[in-house]
Amino acid sequence: MHISDMEYDKMVKKYSPNSPIFKNCLGAFFIGGAICTLGQGLINLYSYLGASKLDAATLTSVTLVFLSALLTGLGLYDDIAKVAGAGTLVPITGFANAVVSPALEFKAEGYVLGLGAKLFVISGPVIVYGACAAVLYGAIVFVMGLV
Amino acid sequence: MIEKVGKSTLALSEGPTIQSYAAVGGKKEQEGPLGREFDFTDTDTTFGEKTWEKAESAIQKKAVTLALEKAKLDKKEVEYIFAGDLLNQCIASSFGLREFGIPLVGLYGACSTMAESLSLASIFIESGCAARCAAVASSHFCTAERQYRLPLAYGGQRTPTAQWTATGGGCVVVQKGGAGPRVRHITFGKIVDLGITDANNMGAAMAPAAADTLKNYFEDTGTTPGDYDLIATGDLGQVGSELLYELLGMDKIHLQPRHKDCGLLLFDRQTQDVHAGASGCGCSATVLCAHILRQMAAGKLRDILFMATGALLSPTSSAQGESIPGIAHLVHITAE
Repeated sequence: MHISDMEYDKMVKKYSPNSPIFKNCLGAFFIGGAICTLGQGLINLYSYLGASKLDAATLTSVTLVFLSALLTGLGLYDDIAKVAGAGTLVPITGFANAVVSPALEFKAEGYVLGLGAKLFVISGPVIVYGACAAVLYGAIVFVMGLV
Repeated sequence: MIEKVGKSTLALSEGPTIQSYAAVGGKKEQEGPLGREFDFTDTDTTFGEKTWEKAESAIQKKAVTLALEKAKLDKKEVEYIFAGDLLNQCIASSFGLREFGIPLVGLYGACSTMAESLSLASIFIESGCAARCAAVASSHFCTAERQYRLPLAYGGQRTPTAQWTATGGGCVVVQKGGAGPRVRHITFGKIVDLGITDANNMGAAMAPAAADTLKNYFEDTGTTPGDYDLIATGDLGQVGSELLYELLGMDKIHLQPRHKDCGLLLFDRQTQDVHAGASGCGCSATVLCAHILRQMAAGKLRDILFMATGALLSPTSSAQGESIPGIAHLVHITAE
């Protein structure tokens, strides 16, 4: 068996099936779309009940985060995500799932060293680089304002 | 007597006897094609424990207890136990076996552990170090996921090449003399790494090591795949099995008619959503103890090669961009 890493890599690609991109895209489009439609419905509902535009948006985010956390706790979110992929990852529900799932998983190691320490194990990088990007964007806007 | 044959094979002239064996599995394993052949399965994946790690320890404890019961043995009659699992510091083994009071040789060979533990136990018997030893290996889907990948409730998509870690464990009791299948040859494999870095394609990472060990064994013993009733690999899955055929085909070794992969036997890929197949120490351990040894006892198989394959990676090495070293150990077993 004399084979270089590159030759083997070619062989591996030949036998490794690709992800079903078309099917995944459809799942992401419809389920992600349904979550966004639900969000719009909630905004309309809260506005109808008399909330201001800003309050309605905040209440909608809170509701979606709650629903995502609930479904994660019930073990249903990952079943939906299996079909939806990015459709459940990109909306705010994905972020809630990324915080709640480690909370459930690492509770076994205690509330401090388990849950507390591992809570942001998935969402931590998003927060760090999200904050960095916000600072950078703020700096650009500030500089542009000076010109 | 143990004699070195060729480059890396050990021939055990007397051949230790497999006196007893037991397989323990979880819910998904019970629902799989081999479900009825397990000695014990629990539909509760926690096995009545509070944490997943404790559940895996319970699997090892149960497997050893059942294997001893089946042979009507007391734990004091086992002189050494060789055991391993996938967890950091091998805690499933040390916590699962701490109450037995049997001298423990802890092992880490990733998913190759069942072949490694069985080999070492057999060598101990053949060399006269002991008259009876036990070999154990286990894995648990939930402990493996939280250690190697992501929390269970995290919503993500698995790639088609990903494999499903088996929840289960197996225990084999080997002794000097007596009736039962005998271990005839052992080939320890070397680390083979052809640069695969995708931790979701373990079959591809392990196939070169599997090919290397098999080729060495056939060269050392002067045999061919046609001389065996079954050549069982550990957990190459669909992708790894295809690659193994192609790699051995380059050396004109045609494995396919006699080959089965434990990773493709344990679950039904069509209905159980396991993508490329099963993996984990528990995969080869349970298929050996629930299926292969039973088939030998029933006279359906007489001469087999059992080769468990391991991917020697850690989450740290993967995060640092290292490729995945593969390993495969082979055990030749004959009926009586």
